[in-house]
Amino acid sequence: MSTSTRRFIFWILIVLFFIHSLLVFTIGTDEDNGKNLMTEEAQIGKLLFQKYNCTACHQLYGLGGYMGPDLTNMISSPGKGEIYARTLLQTGTQRMPNFHLTEEEINSMVAYLKYVDKTGISPVKKFKINFDGTISQK
Amino acid sequence: MKKEIGILFVSLGLIALLIGIFFGCLGAFQFVYPDFLKEISFVKIRPLHVSLVVAWIFLCSIGGIYYYINYYCETKLWSARLPKIHLWIFVLTGVLILVCYFMGRFGGREYWEFPAILSIPIFISWMLFGINYFKSAFKKAGNWPVYMWMWATGIVFFFITFSESYLWLAPYFRNNLIRDLTVQWKAYGALVGSWNMLVYGTALFVMTRIIGDEKIAQSRLAFFMYFLGFANLLFGWAHHIYIVPSAIWVRMVSYFMSMTELLILGKIIWSWKNSLSEAKRNFHILPYRFIVASDVWVFLNLALALAISVPAINIYTHGTHVTVAHAMGSTIGINTIILLASAFFLITDITKHEFTRTQKILIKIGFWIFNFYLMVFWVCLIIAGIEKGILVIDDKLSFQEIMTQINPILTVLAFSGIGIFIGLILIVYPMLIAVYNYLMKKEKVQS
Ligand code: HEC
Repeated sequence: MSTSTRRFIFWILIVLFFIHSLLVFTIGTDEDNGKNLMTEEAQIGKLLFQKYNCTACHQLYGLGGYMGPDLTNMISSPGKGEIYARTLLQTGTQRMPNFHLTEEEINSMVAYLKYVDKTGISPVKKFKINFDGTISQK
Repeated sequence: MKKEIGILFVSLGLIALLIGIFFGCLGAFQFVYPDFLKEISFVKIRPLHVSLVVAWIFLCSIGGIYYYINYYCETKLWSARLPKIHLWIFVLTGVLILVCYFMGRFGGREYWEFPAILSIPIFISWMLFGINYFKSAFKKAGNWPVYMWMWATGIVFFFITFSESYLWLAPYFRNNLIRDLTVQWKAYGALVGSWNMLVYGTALFVMTRIIGDEKIAQSRLAFFMYFLGFANLLFGWAHHIYIVPSAIWVRMVSYFMSMTELLILGKIIWSWKNSLSEAKRNFHILPYRFIVASDVWVFLNLALALAISVPAINIYTHGTHVTVAHAMGSTIGINTIILLASAFFLITDITKHEFTRTQKILIKIGFWIFNFYLMVFWVCLIIAGIEKGILVIDDKLSFQEIMTQINPILTVLAFSGIGIFIGLILIVYPMLIAVYNYLMKKEKVQS
């Protein structure tokens, strides 16, 4: 393989990478079922979620640390929901620290979690496995 | 260039590794004993662990590349000054990051849990590295061997993916969770791919030096594997986000791409068949021994990665400890073992130190302890993960019920972490002693 062939393949891959990236940044991720709930309050909530590093223990869509539960759908889970979340955030638990959040901060985080809840499902428990190894959500 | 700079990067890396693994052990115990070390919450321990071991991977790869480029690649480093500035920025930023963690100031993103502003010095230091590398490498007459391509790719793509991982700063990305997660894991997938390029390049470099045969780094097969790996870096990241509802094609491209890695798996088996006797012959050479071990880990991890890239399997393993097994297998089993090989090569090359018989025995014992407990650790993670996956999806148990059920296996896991740590100390300590003696001797000569 000559150096020019090597360079050619390299640049082809780079060009494909940029095209692919652009598509992922736009039409690949345009759908957002929770869009209407991403209010200004929820946007602040997201930043607070990062500021307190909730991700060290919690996952959204399975991504994050595993010490605590996945929070994607906690708002709509039977027996949990908003009031439960507020109480936990106010007091902490044996494993979860009490972050001494203000009322406002808690409001924002709950607003964010409400948004997250509408975006999709995690973990997916109802699905069908297709012949090619992919799955379809029921 | 003074030889010390490479060795300083590498020894700092070794220290970061030991401290990082130490924090990893603490974190593992916090998992199983909720009241363990309440003074430093897991929310701080986790980023301390992650950032220190990532620092190890970068410090050791970068130190090696500075040294190898200058002495072994038929070219000279363009600037001897930039690596020093690079090291200083790295160390100062590193200290700042650790201070932020201790003070509870976070950026709160996976991997980069430090405040976003600290990415600026990292970015600048990387620029210095990149400029120096390319200014040096382009002066080389003749074809680049494949490891120089790999280093170049790693450097360029770290830049691109590191920037990409900060796109969340723009509301366009941040305020759409689907986009944010997809782009974040696209960036991280490729970012890990780019540091793998630095590390695998280093492995190939060390191999060619030990065997004394540069041809393997120019072969058609070597380049085919490189391009396949590169394409996977670019397009094969979506197994992290199969359940995030992005467009179907985003996930399908990755699924397809990931499966091409079966070719790499096949190649490994094929070359083992041919090189077993050679492996036996050279097993006594320390760096070689580590490279052989890393080959076994590549095989195991690739098999695991292929399995969890199949959506039907991924749906069970995603968000469980199987993912951690994949991450730990790659960063400890593959990256760390390769980089230890490189550290042995570089440190003995620079210091001309001959390890004493006792030291060699300790290193060999450390090697086996390390690999044994890593295997226990890895298997525990897989078992815990599969158990959790089934309990969540098929049995639909609650979080608390699941944690209670997998607690015994996580306890074994935490203790095997200590085994890994002890093995590492036995391996790393003689190296650090060699560096220390060398630097002291130098100082004496100078004064
Ligand atoms: C040190 C780990 C840790 C951190 C950091 C942490 N949590 Fe938790 N969290 C937990 C654990 C563990 C639970 C489950 C309750 C228990 O067992 O204590 C939990 C439970 C929750 C729950 C209830 C979820 C459910 O399904 O029952 C919510 C909501 C929550 N946390 C939100 C947050 C937010 C928001 C943050 C960031 C401000 C955060 N947590 C930071 C560990 C943590």
